[in-house]
Parts: sequence; C-alpha cells; structure tokens
Amino acid sequence: MTGPAAGRADAAGSPEVAGALADLVAERSIIVCCGSGGVGKTTAAAVVALEGARLGRNTVVVTIDPAKRLADALGLKGLTDTPSRIEGDWPGQLWATMLDTKSTFDALVVKYAASPEQGERILANRFYRNISGALSGTQEYMAMEKLYELHDETDFDLVVVDTPPTRHALDFLDAPRRLSRFLDHRLFRLLIVPSRGIVKAVNVAAQTFLRTVSRVVGGDVVDDAVAFFQAFEGMEEGFRQRAARVNELLAADGTAFVLVASPRRDTVEEAHFFAERLGEAGIAVRGLVVNRVHPAFGLGADGGRGGGDDGPGAITAMSAAGAARRAETLAGTAIGGLYRNLAEFQAVASREHAHLAGLAEAVAPAPVVWVPFLRSDVHDIAGLGEVAGYVFPRAADVGGG
Amino acid sequence: MDPEQFFAASRLVIVAGKGGVGKTTVSATLARAAALTGLSTLIVEVEGKSGLPAVFGQGELGYDEVVLAAGGGPDGAADVRARTLTADAALVEYLRDHGLSRISRRLVSSGALDVVATAAPGIKDILLLGKVKQLVREGVADLIVLDAPAAGHAITFLQSARSLIDTVNVGPINAQARDVLSLLEDHRQCQVVLVTIPEETPVNEAVETAFSLEDRVGIGLGPIVVNGVYPPIEGLVVDEPAVAATADEADVSLRPGEAVALASAARFRLDRSALQAEQVARLHAQLPLSQLRLPFLFSAEIGPAELDELARVMLAEIDALAGLPQ
Repeated sequence: MTGPAAGRADAAGSPEVAGALADLVAERSIIVCCGSGGVGKTTAAAVVALEGARLGRNTVVVTIDPAKRLADALGLKGLTDTPSRIEGDWPGQLWATMLDTKSTFDALVVKYAASPEQGERILANRFYRNISGALSGTQEYMAMEKLYELHDETDFDLVVVDTPPTRHALDFLDAPRRLSRFLDHRLFRLLIVPSRGIVKAVNVAAQTFLRTVSRVVGGDVVDDAVAFFQAFEGMEEGFRQRAARVNELLAADGTAFVLVASPRRDTVEEAHFFAERLGEAGIAVRGLVVNRVHPAFGLGADGGRGGGDDGPGAITAMSAAGAARRAETLAGTAIGGLYRNLAEFQAVASREHAHLAGLAEAVAPAPVVWVPFLRSDVHDIAGLGEVAGYVFPRAADVGGG
Repeated sequence: MDPEQFFAASRLVIVAGKGGVGKTTVSATLARAAALTGLSTLIVEVEGKSGLPAVFGQGELGYDEVVLAAGGGPDGAADVRARTLTADAALVEYLRDHGLSRISRRLVSSGALDVVATAAPGIKDILLLGKVKQLVREGVADLIVLDAPAAGHAITFLQSARSLIDTVNVGPINAQARDVLSLLEDHRQCQVVLVTIPEETPVNEAVETAFSLEDRVGIGLGPIVVNGVYPPIEGLVVDEPAVAATADEADVSLRPGEAVALASAARFRLDRSALQAEQVARLHAQLPLSQLRLPFLFSAEIGPAELDELARVMLAEIDALAGLPQ
C-alpha cells in the first residue's frame, strides 16, 4: 500500500499543482463552488474570494445561507441585495453579498415585464410570491442569475458563488429550463385560454379540470394560479432567452467550477455524482477542495499541513497495521493506549485516502487540495486566512506553522 | 430509563439535523436499537437517495417496503424495514383513496402537481406527512422512524400543516393538514429527535432548530443525539519525552520516528476531545434536553456490524437517562 503520503504529495504538496488553483483565481472571471451540504462550501467560496482580493482583483462573493458568525464577519447583516465591502490589508477589493432569491426574481420580473403595470400585477400575486419558496430549483436558478447579473452589469473582475446546500445542488444546470417549462406549462396554456378567446370546447375542458383541482385544494388557490399565469403572459420568451445566456456563461472559458467535498464515504459519493453531472453538461471540474481531512500521523505526511511537510518521513513504511498490532499486544497499558490512539487515526486517514483517491482521479487533471480539521469553525477573516494557507499554499506558509 | 419504555413512548420518531451530522446513521441506529428491544420498526425516507441502505449493507430503496435487517437471532430482535415516499406517489394514492382516481394520473403526468404545489406551498410536504400519518394509524410497525429533510427544510416541512390550514381553508387537503397537525402536536404519538455533532456551527443550528420546532410547530422534542464523540483513552501523553518514558516503563522499544507520531496523534485526540467537551457543555447549557451520545467510529465505515455497535451504545445511553417527567 502506498499510504496517504503519495496522494497528499501529489495533491497539495507540489507547488505546480497547488499553484493551479491560484491560477484560476488570478485568471478566471467566475468561480462556482459546488458540493453537498455541510462540507464547508460557503467557507471555501469566501476563501477563494479572499485570495482574489489578495491577488489584486476586484472580487465579490455571493454566499447562500452562511453560518451566522461568518455572515457577521463578512458584514452580511440580514438579506441585502447590495454587496458590502470588507476592508482589509490586500491590494484588491473584497465584497460580499447574500443571495436573496425573492428579490433577484422580482428584479427579473420587472426587467422583462412589458409594462410597469404588468410587473406590479405579477409581484402582487399570491401565487407568484410562493414561487421562490416552493418551486424546487428556484434558489439554484437565482444564484446563477445573480452571478450573471454581477458578471454582466458590474465591473467586478471576479465573481465567486456558493451553491445551495441541497441534495439537488446541481439543479441550477437545468433549473432555467425547468422554470421555462413550468411557465410554459400545458396547464398554463389551458388557464390563459379565456383571455385568448380560443375555441370554447377547450375552455370547457380546462374549466372542468380546474373545478376538480379546486375540490382538492380550494378555489382561492386555483384563482391565484390562473391570475398569475394570465399576468405572466408574454414574458416567457424573455425568461427563456435570459436562461439560455446564463447557461452559456456557465459553460464559458472564463468560468471555473470548483468541487468542495469532505472525505466521508457519502459526501465523496455525492462529489462523484456532481463531477459526472457537470461532465454531462460539458463543464469540467477545475479544482477540488477537500475539507475536514484527518491527519495521517506517522504515515509519511504531516496531516496538519496537508502535505506541506513530510514530517516524520522515516516511518513512512510503517503501516497502519503495525500500530494496530502493538495496540493489541500492549492493550491495557499506557503505551498500549498511545498505540491504540495512533492506530485509530491511521485507520481513519487510510480510509479517507482510499475514498479520495478515486475522486481525485475522476476530476484529474484538476488540482486537489486537502484542508485538515481546524481547531475551531471559521468565523472571521483570520480564520479564512488560515484555510487559505492550505488552499493556496505560499512558500512562506509552508512549514511555517 | 428502560429502552423498551423509551421506544414505546411514541409511535413516530422524526429525526432531524443539518447536513453532515449523520442524521441517516442516527435514524438507522434508533431503528436497530428499537428492533433489538423487540419492536418492529419502519424507517421512512422522503428525500430520495441516501446512504441508508448502505449502512445496512443493502441496495437502493424504493416506494415499496424492504427488510433492511431481519430480526430473530439470539437477541430475539424484530425486523427493521424501510421505504421511500415521494409526493407524486402519495398524491396518486391519496386521490385514489378519496374517489378521485380519474384525475390523479392526469395531475401527476401533466406535472400539474408542481403548479398546484406552488399555489399552495407545503402541499407536497403534507402529502408525505399525510402518508406517514396513515402508516402510523394503520400500525404498520411498532415504531416508525422518519428521516426528515435536512435542517432548515425540516422546519418548513414540519410547519407545512400549520401553513396549509391557512392557505387552503376548505376541502380534503385542509382536512388532511388538520389531521397531520394533530399527530405532530400529540406528544404521546410523535416526537422529534434532533441530531448534531459536538462542533460550534452544528450546535448553534441544533439549538435554533429546537426552539423553532417547539415554538412554530408545537412538536414534542425527545432527547438530542450528539453524534461523533471521540471515546476517551486513558493515560495519553502529548510530548515526545513523555512518550519515550511511557515506552521505557513498559519495556517497549520505539521504532524511529514513532515517538513523534504517537505524541502528535495523542495531542490531536486530546485537543479535539477538549473542544468537543466544550461544545457538549454549551449545548447542555443552551438546550434543556437529555443528550444521547454516540461515539465516533474510527474502525470502519458504518456497515451492519458497526450499526449494531452504535445501537448497543444507544440502548446503554437510553438506559442511563432519567425517566420521562410526566
């Protein structure tokens, strides 16, 4: 067995590879961080944005549902659609904003409404007000819409976006299409028949159907929906075109997707799934950040540094089984306890390494960085800086502590 | 308290927690623990594909029930079964049971459920919860464990009944919502078990979720499960000379470099254990719920053997709880 050392050296250890992630930040204009819930995506997005500012770029990060203390550190006091600037000792600029699905959608409606009255009628509709919360994929779609807007209509050099922490985190790939389909629904066609004055017979069929639906959910609900689809008439095409442009932007050269994962079996499986889905959409993963990696004590890499330092390299050959055997023969003694502890961490590290090896291969040649367990959760700029030390290792940081 | 009494205290246990805290593992552990006391259990999933069958060493789940862990054996355990519910399937069933099968296929196949669900948010949730309620009422198992959607959505999910009663004020959906609400509010039938890990953000979110569930849903909270706690190891020392001295005492010769590895691994364990203890204490101070602590498993990825180990720890933890205040 090669042990985790090999993977780590390949991953974060070599400066060329580690540099590749910094290159993305230096060269691309959009970086999308995606991955399943609870893997540290928001933190990764903030770290990437911080690096952008450090490289002298005018950077904005769009976060989704950050933990409260991190939100405070980023100056995000409640939902606001306007980015706020974070002052700090870096040559570029760092701005942050939190996604507000509803107001992003509102802005789109206003933009594509044929008249201010049409816009107002839609915004006031109860059915419309439910869409952002109830229609799955809307949050994902609006995250991408926000990204497009920030890229297209502002002068930020780099837009970094976090994706929603849902099981369906990649729904944004087809959310625009799904939304168009929803707005263009057959039922919608039936519903707007009265306003178009088409054949009476169709109208009757539609009315019968609606009456039956009303029996289940009540008449008010159906009336709201009908009013919404009538108000929306004529706007579908604008939405469709916009969605197509968003999708083009996601697949463009200036856009890079970074996959964020943790080394557990289930999250690694989901990361594989994400990489596949992105691949199907013609999008390559340009980087992989693995958070919360256990250190591999005595297996050749000092896990604390994620490969920056080979640590006690002399015992690279000592397999996890060695410590485990000693733990068993010395059970019940103090030294036996020390061996048991070592063996336990080596078992975890080997397992994590095994999970990650396949993932690194699946995203190759994308650079891979490992971020170890940290002493505490990241909730300030200093904490982001600490993570940045692993994600973007500099000569000065390596082995520096 | 007696685990049998504990599990018999409610027919439905809803397991909730944020992503990454091991909610699915805990659902499986609770179910297996209950089965070990002789109660037949059914795990219900509502979010589609999860790691649940893998924990039992099985393939994918579907709408139809499967047995994940057969009972019997020396323990006289009962079966653990599982199934996945989807809103579409629940809707078809619901309409059929209410004499509306004629429109059910059309509603689902035309995708109109999406339109209706947008008109009345929470309708998919209520269809799922309505199905769960039906399972509880039919007594398909002694205990039903519902693996709820992750954190934020769990509150919306469980709140759906209350919101729908306002949106849809007549008809069968309204009746369904009232029915579901009465189940959720009945503390003898239903309780929520929250899951967290002993780290800062998950603890904060567990506290927030607990208060939201009590205030906004009126649902009863059972003990909170603290997952992934490092089991203690006695006598760890964290610097090389002390490690060397410990080895000398036992007449063990260390291989080159081993003292560093042993010492740094010990330091890591003790550091993290201290952080975990801090968070467990903070959780205890902020949330007046009993805690059931499950160990972090170093040995292997969770499969059937590890699940049994966790289930036995769970039973011991329940045993150590004080009786329920009545």
